[in-house]
Parts: sequence; C-alpha cells; structure tokens
Amino acid sequence: MSGAAGEETATAAPRPMPSPGPLPTSNRRGTAARSAKVAFWLVIAGLLVAFPAIFTNTTVTTIAVFSIIFMSAATAWNSFSGYSGYVSIGHAVFFGAGAYTLVLIAADNHWTGGYSVFALVPLGGVVSVAIAVPFGLVALRTRRHTFVVVTIAVFFIFQLLAFNLKFLTRGSQGVSTPTPPWFGSAYNDRFYYAALCVLAVAVLISVAVRRSRFGLQLLAIRDDEDRAAGLGVRTTRVKLVAFMLSSFPVGMAGAVWGYFLGSIHPQFAFNPLFDLSVAIMAFLGGLGTISGPLLGAALLESLQQYFAIQYSQDNLYLIAYGALFLVVIVLLPRGVIPTVVDTVRSWRDRGEGLRGRSALVGGARSAQGPAGGLTVAAPNGVRGED
Amino acid sequence: MGTQLVQAVVDGVLTGGVYALMAAGLTLIFGVLDIINIAQGIFVVLGAYLSYVLWSDLGIDPFLGLLITIPTLFFVGVGVEWAFIRRLGERDRVTMSILVTYAVSLILEGILDNAFGTNVFQLRPSYESSSFFVFGFYLQQIYVYGFVLAVVLLAAIYALLYRSRFGASVRASLQDRTAAQLIGVNVRRVSTITFGIGTAVTAAGGMVFGVTNAFSANSGADLISRLLSIVILGGLGSIGGAMGAAVLMLVLEDIVATVWSPVWSPVVYFAALLIVLSIRPVGLFGRTAARAQ
Amino acid sequence: MALLEADSVAKSFGGLVALTGCSLEVEQGEIAGLIGPNGSGKTTLFNVMTGYVRADSGRVRLGGTDITGASPAKVFGLGLGRTFQLSRIFARLSVLENMLVATQRHEGWLRGVVKRQASTAEQGRARELLEFVGLDHLERLPAGNLSYGQRKLLELAYLLVADPVIILLDEPAGGVNPTLINMIADRIRALNAQGKTFLIVEHNMEFVMGLCDRVTVMNQGRAIVSGTPDAIRGDPRVVDAYLGGADEDDEPDDEPNAAELEAGHGLSSV
Repeated sequence: MSGAAGEETATAAPRPMPSPGPLPTSNRRGTAARSAKVAFWLVIAGLLVAFPAIFTNTTVTTIAVFSIIFMSAATAWNSFSGYSGYVSIGHAVFFGAGAYTLVLIAADNHWTGGYSVFALVPLGGVVSVAIAVPFGLVALRTRRHTFVVVTIAVFFIFQLLAFNLKFLTRGSQGVSTPTPPWFGSAYNDRFYYAALCVLAVAVLISVAVRRSRFGLQLLAIRDDEDRAAGLGVRTTRVKLVAFMLSSFPVGMAGAVWGYFLGSIHPQFAFNPLFDLSVAIMAFLGGLGTISGPLLGAALLESLQQYFAIQYSQDNLYLIAYGALFLVVIVLLPRGVIPTVVDTVRSWRDRGEGLRGRSALVGGARSAQGPAGGLTVAAPNGVRGED
Repeated sequence: MGTQLVQAVVDGVLTGGVYALMAAGLTLIFGVLDIINIAQGIFVVLGAYLSYVLWSDLGIDPFLGLLITIPTLFFVGVGVEWAFIRRLGERDRVTMSILVTYAVSLILEGILDNAFGTNVFQLRPSYESSSFFVFGFYLQQIYVYGFVLAVVLLAAIYALLYRSRFGASVRASLQDRTAAQLIGVNVRRVSTITFGIGTAVTAAGGMVFGVTNAFSANSGADLISRLLSIVILGGLGSIGGAMGAAVLMLVLEDIVATVWSPVWSPVVYFAALLIVLSIRPVGLFGRTAARAQ
Repeated sequence: MALLEADSVAKSFGGLVALTGCSLEVEQGEIAGLIGPNGSGKTTLFNVMTGYVRADSGRVRLGGTDITGASPAKVFGLGLGRTFQLSRIFARLSVLENMLVATQRHEGWLRGVVKRQASTAEQGRARELLEFVGLDHLERLPAGNLSYGQRKLLELAYLLVADPVIILLDEPAGGVNPTLINMIADRIRALNAQGKTFLIVEHNMEFVMGLCDRVTVMNQGRAIVSGTPDAIRGDPRVVDAYLGGADEDDEPDDEPNAAELEAGHGLSSV
C-alpha cells in the first residue's frame, strides 16, 4: 500500500529547490498601464488645481472646499482603518484637535486674519499625532470589536473636555478665528488651495503606506492578524504607526476646516457623525484602495453640502445619505472602485483565456463571484476577523 | 453627604437596571450575530417616540403601551436583520455591520427628525414626578417601575435562553456560530429572532428613557456610546457581564455626579472604560482568547 | 538529540481534556507523520508546539532550546513553520504579496514605511518559490480566489521564504484533489531532500504511509506508538485506537473534532 502511493507520486520529476537569485520578470502590459495611470492622475490633479479658475460661483467653491477637506480626511482615515480593517470612530478627535489648535492659538494671541494663520495647519497635524500615540497605545491593545468602542469612548472624552474645559476652549459658546481680509470667491479660493495641500499630504501618505512593506503588513493584519503575528509581523507596532500617520492629515484638515468656518463649537469640531461619514465615504469608493475614499468623499460630501444648502432646515439629507449607502451596499458590496477594477480585469482575463491561458484563474474567480465581500466566506475566512 | 451618596447608589442601581436591559439586547445581538449594532441607540429613541405618541395622542399609559411598542420594535428588528444584516458575509463582518447599522440609524434619525422636529419631548404620565419615601430615601416611582420592568424582562430573556429549545440554539450560536451550524442549529433563523428580541427590549428601555429624560431624534448617539461601553466592559457577548457593568457604570456616574459634578460624570464614565481595558483588554467579565484558529 | 521534542505536554479546555502528557520527538531530516482518530489531540499538540496555545504543563524544545510558552512569532523566528488545517492565507493580498509577509527582517519605526514592499531579490526569490509549488502563473491573483489545494501550496511556499528548519503540516492533503495531492507529496519530498524536516498530521493514510519515514499514533491525548509505516500498520494498538475510540469517548464518530472546535471556540469569544 505504501509502495503504491510512493510510486504514484514518484513519477512526477522532483524539481530542485531553487536558490536565491534575481529574477526580474518585467510585465510588458505593466509599463503601458502604469503610464496610462500616471497620465490619468496628472489630469485629475490638473483639474483639481484649475477648479477655482473654472468655477467662480461661491456656492460651488464652498462645496468644493468642504469636499476637498473631507477627501483628505477620508483618505487619511482609510490609510489606517481601510488598510488594517480596524474601524476607528475616534478620528474626529484628530479633526477637532486640529481645528482647536489653529483656532485657539490664533484667537488667544490675537492674530490678524490672513495667510499667517495657515502656518498653524501643520501644527494641527502635529498635535493630532501627539494625541494619537497614547490613544493608539490604549486602543490598539484590544481587538477589532472592542477597538471600535474604545475609539468611541475616547471621542466622547474629548468632546466632553471641549465642552467642560472652559478656560481653554470656552465651552459651548465656541471660539472665533480672526477673520481674513478676503471676500467672496477670493476667500474660498485661498481655503481651497490650503485644503488641496492637505489633500496632497494625505494622498502621499496613503500611497506611501500602500506601496511599502509596512503597508503590506497592515493589509496582512486586515486579512488574518494572528497569522501575520505568527509570521513575525509586529502587529501592534505596525498598527500604531499607521494610526499615527493617518492622524496627521486629519488634524491638518480639521485646522483648515476650523479656519474656514470662522468659529468652532465642541459639538461640531468633535462630531460623532464625522468618522461614520468618513467611513461611509471610504467604503462607497472602495475601502482599502487609494482612489476609493477620494471618489466617495467627493460624491458624498458635495451631495451633503448641496442638500444642506438647498434644504437648510431639513434633515432629508440624513435619509438620502443613509439610503444611498444601503443601496450601494446591496448593489456593490465592495464599493465602486474595486467592483469596476474587477469587472475590467475579468474582461481582460477573458481575452487572455481565449489565447489559451489559465482557465484555472477564470474558474477560481467566477466561483468567488463579483460579490465576494458579502457572499459566503471563503473557507479560511470563517474566523478571519478575530 | 453620606445620605446623598447612598441616594446616588440607589438611583444608579435603579437606572442601571434599565440600561442592563438595553445592554443585554445589544450584547445578545453581538454574541449571536457577531456584529456591532450601532442602531441600538436610535431604536431606543424610536421606542421613546412610539410610547410618546401612544400616550399623548391616544392616552395610553406608557407601561400599557409596551404591549404595542415591544412587538412593533421586534418586527422593526426582524425587518432590519432580514433586509441588511443577513446579507453581510464573514469577511469584514464587523466593519460592514457598523456601517450598515449606522446607515439605518441615520435614516431613522432623519425620519424622526422630520416627523417630530428638533424640539425635545418628554413623556409625563401622572406618576412621572411622584416618589416613594422608603427608609429616609426618596425613590422616584418611575425609576422603581422601570427597574421592576427591567428585571421582569431580563428574567423573561433568561427563561427563554435557559428553559427553551430555542434558547439552547441561541446559546450554542453565542459560543460559536460555525460550530452551532455544524450541530444542526438553524443559525439564520436564530439570528433573525435574536436581532428581533435584542431590538424589542429597546421599546421598554426607550419608554423609561422617555419618561426620565427629555429626548429628541439625536439622543441616539449618546445612548449608543454608553450602551457600547457597558457591553465592552461586561465582555462582549456576556449577558451577565453586561448587566453587571450597566449597574456598575450607572452607579459610578451617579456618585461622580453627586460628589463632584454632573458635568464631569460622563468623562469619568468613559475614562473608567479606558482604564479597565488598558488593564484587561477583554473587559471585566470577558474570557481571554486563545491564539489558535 | 531530537530536532523537535514535546515532553509530557498536557492541555485541557475547560472540562475537555485534549492532551494528557503527550510526548513526541522529530529527528533532524525525517518526514514524520502524526495520525490518530478525531479528537485525539493532534491539532492541539501542533498548537502547543507552535505557540498558538499555552500548555498546562510539559515542555517543548526545538533544537535543544526550550520554546514552551513562546509566542508564535518567536517560534517561527527560531525556524519552526506551520500550516493550518484550513489554510491561513491572506485572502485579499495577491499570491505574490502573500509571499512577502513572512519576512523576518524588522525595520525601524518609520523605515518600513518608506521601504518598498520587497527588494528585487526578495521578489525574485518569492517568484522562484511560487514556481517551485506551481503557482507562479497566478502571482497577481487575489489569494482568496485560489482553490483549496492551491491555498495549501501557497501556505507552504510563503513559509519557505523564511527558510524554516522544520515545517509542521496540518492535513496537507485534506480536501485536495488527487492530482494536487501528488504534487504536494512531491514538493514535500523535494524539500526533504534539501534537508527540511517535516511533521505531518494527516487523515489520508495512503498519503502518510507513502510519504513518512516514521509515524506516530495518538489516541486520547497522548502518543501511544511510534514506528515505521509498516510497523504501525500491523500494530494492534493502532487498530484499537481507531475502532475502540468511539466507545470510550461516548461520542459518535461523526461529531466534529472536539479539540479543534474547542480551540476555535476560544478564539471566537474575543
């Protein structure tokens, strides 16, 4: 019996164990696709820079400023939560801390409004990182489910502090920033470009993380944290660094937001809806991708601002927002970008399959189906979240 | 001061009972379905509004009205589970559940906001401000009634879990969904009904909340953060833990409010959660996890 | 001295006893098999030896170093790799990216952020190993799209990146189609010829008997007999273990593996 099994397998010629060595198999299609990608992003960047020159209507540019601020926040949130799968509901702490940093320093020192106040924007980011360290050290000791709640608790502590530490924050009456000497679209344009700089920082961080070894480890943590740890990934450290990195642009975005609004109040600077909105934006576009949060935030924030301006007293936008999201979850359970990418890829593979390659790939993929995020789990995913 | 302290403890225990009921629903949902239900807060508010409408428009006593509101919220829960929760896969389940239930609560909040406006409401039945005077303490009647109601409903849940065949399935699913499925439990049906029950208890919680607090459509955020803290502190999925933590936290909050200031009591409340979790990441009553698959 | 050694390891989960003083030795350079009826404690022993479960008592040694109670990362760093019964691959990473997770190099706090996913040399090495297990043409596919058997090969391959001295395989042939089973057996032999030591838990007797130099049989939480496949096949105690186990356990044979459920259960209560 043992002999039979032995002979059967012995017929396959044993391949030698490979030795380490370079093997640069360059991908022919890769280079072309890459340049197309670069061109696409350059066009997008160009459009974003040119936007205020094209649209001068202040309503439009106001919506645009808010949208860019939230695109930054969603991108930054995604570079921790989207990559690691740890949903933070505490990034509002960074947003609020950034806003309060800028507004309080400018107000307490009686700064005159103008460009100089923008110099405080990076400081807002730095203060956020300083908060992120102890915050992360406590919150990241716990596992996914608990982490969510810990971030909520930290968030409420900060909101209550903002209400109650009146000597510092002036409590519920709020604080006003010095008013800059700009009017109308000139006012909006300056904030637009400030926000765009923050967005650039957020995207840079997101791209850097995604491309780095560290980002790979973060994604591995998302898929199976225990296994990653078992393979030598220092999970707590990786998560903490990602948490810090993602707090920085959020703090900067909050600072620009606070200055733009002119005055801030605890319940708006530390807004419980902030993280969930940002999470939904990131999800709508595609959690864990780079372009997803950008697209999702651009869509949702402009929609929300439009509703808010159009039907100011009405809370219809809450319903529209929630309903839109639920529809997306049912129709595109993984978000817009991944669904589109996969559809395109499967067209390409079909083309490749005709040329006689990897029927295996097609088979495996169709078994998974386009709704991979919400269908029955793959065998290994049964307890993958814990 | 001494009497005030005892009074605070007594009040904390009484309100804690109601929170224990709402938290038990939440932890049951978590344990069986493996999801975090952010909508629990708005369900409580919905329960409060339903009781309010029945009381103010039809003159139905809030406690009697529970006969209507509890089944109503049960079916709201079943509907939400059927429409959205059961469509969640195993992958990213927690993340997705947070987003989905949040979207549900946004919609409900928007609807309530449009229906009732931004004014605050409060249920004011005749016994709203009357008190019992026992051993030198004033016990507000509504707190006592609420506590009794909570105990009765918790006992009912307990009986359901430990004295019925359905309860055995729930407990199996609480331990391990996959294993429960393997031994023939219809996890799907158990999940739907559990979500319904977990939601139904918010009708009672919401009614008491609506009598003891002024509420509006956006009271949900504060409620859910408290309930989640209680559930985490008690150890996710542990019903006894949730009950213990609820009473503990409400007593703590009342004591801090009495000896220091009501302004700071919520800070202490959340800080207590952080301190406990930094010492014991699984909560006060949670089980430690094994590292194996 | 044995390369890997478990010495009187005991472990129980609540009331359920999984290991009752189990001892096992794996010699350098051999392919050792571990068999036994469901619930006999094989997977629990794996979990204890690789640091995923803490033993109640007993010692585990790797190359003479005591690794009892060490973390999975530490154990892996010392050269003990393992696979899981349900392969634990990173489902949403591509096949190639899966290969790059198990790097043992540790960057500083921020250096990892600016560092590329992998150097050209590392990628080349990863591709060679993928070619070795026959998955090179799928390197860009999300690993979650692989078939059951392909996942097992990928899990084996990504361990090889870290060049472990001994590899523990938990049911490498379970649920895999016959062609792929042969492929897996063939790869194990090739690696063994290169000096890798293996310890394999497997229910497929043909696979175990054909591949292993020595087979150990476990029953009711301890190793009862160890020897060559031929010796094991004729041993009456082995037959007893498989046939008698059901009566003594008081549990029907088709119950899910109790020890594995227990281990999974502990995790799910996080």
